[in-house]
Amino acid sequence: MVNYIWFGMIIIGIVVAALEGNMQAVNDAAFEGAKTAVTLCFGFISILAFWLGMMKIAQDSGLMGKFTKLLSPLAQWLFPSVPKDHPAMGYILANMSANFFGLGNAATPMGLKAMEELQKLNPHKEKASSAMITLLALNTSSLTIIPTTIIAIRMNYGSANPVEIVGTTLFATLCSSVAAVLIDRWYRKKTLGQ
Amino acid sequence: MFDLISTISVWAIPALIFIILVYGLAKGVPVYETFVDGAKDGFNMAISLIPHLVGMMVAVSIFRSSGALDYFLAAISPLLAILHVPSEVVPLALIRPISGAGALAITTDIIEQFGPDSFLGRMASTMQGSTDTTLYVITVYFGAVGVRKIGYALKVGLLADLVGFIAAIFIVTLVFG
Repeated sequence: MVNYIWFGMIIIGIVVAALEGNMQAVNDAAFEGAKTAVTLCFGFISILAFWLGMMKIAQDSGLMGKFTKLLSPLAQWLFPSVPKDHPAMGYILANMSANFFGLGNAATPMGLKAMEELQKLNPHKEKASSAMITLLALNTSSLTIIPTTIIAIRMNYGSANPVEIVGTTLFATLCSSVAAVLIDRWYRKKTLGQ
Repeated sequence: MFDLISTISVWAIPALIFIILVYGLAKGVPVYETFVDGAKDGFNMAISLIPHLVGMMVAVSIFRSSGALDYFLAAISPLLAILHVPSEVVPLALIRPISGAGALAITTDIIEQFGPDSFLGRMASTMQGSTDTTLYVITVYFGAVGVRKIGYALKVGLLADLVGFIAAIFIVTLVFG
């Protein structure tokens, strides 16, 4: 599916640009996009290095294990295929907590580390396991109590009450997260049934 | 309210670092060596993301700046207008899963044009804050571990986004409408 989306975006883009006589825009866009991606990855180095270092201390000291135990019923329900004491659980829960508290730059490193741990459990390395897809679903719906970026933008434009959307956002994000979990379960059952 | 939230935001990370370090030292972990050991993985992980993100961002960038995205939006907007979705936020709902930067640009534009405290401004804010960029998250998370076959992940992500947008429209109309 990703193959078709990727192919479609580029080919349709080129065809439209040809019809519009707008080909220079495609030239600029291709290399601008590539540059943005690399800049973004280099930006990742700092936050990944920092948080993975911190989390290694938390893991070695047993702090993460304690935290995992605390939230273990929830994690077990969401990720039935992951063994209770597997390090993946710790990183999954750290990722969910970081998202929830709006610590965006900590959430990604922990999520990627969780992916790495889930990959160790994955029997088919090329194919996404069901636990990986669950983790992904939780991250795309990004359950958060403080949508920091949008609050900052509202402040910039002189909102009388920048945080008044926290309640509505929480409701919407809760709906999409619950939907993500349920839809994921439905597909997982369907795939297992085949 | 805002003061409280911003205070929590400022304190959260330092407090977390404090707890991790104090607990680590108390348990006899060589904190500095362990930190460096863990941080080593960060570089390789970031570098392994480059090919995936370059591929995806080039495609999104071409699709957007060629004008194809505008045609796509123009084709779909009338359908959503039937469902009483305000036409100003339709492009936002369609772009949000594809391009984070694109969605942020539209949200900022709506807020600038109608004001942050207008009905549309509040709706755009809620939509922007309630989900993440699905395509980007899929690219980064699966890219990091080299998974190529993503199964039903995209469907789950997009359907959840749809539920999020319907919920956003519903709640904003209910609370601020």
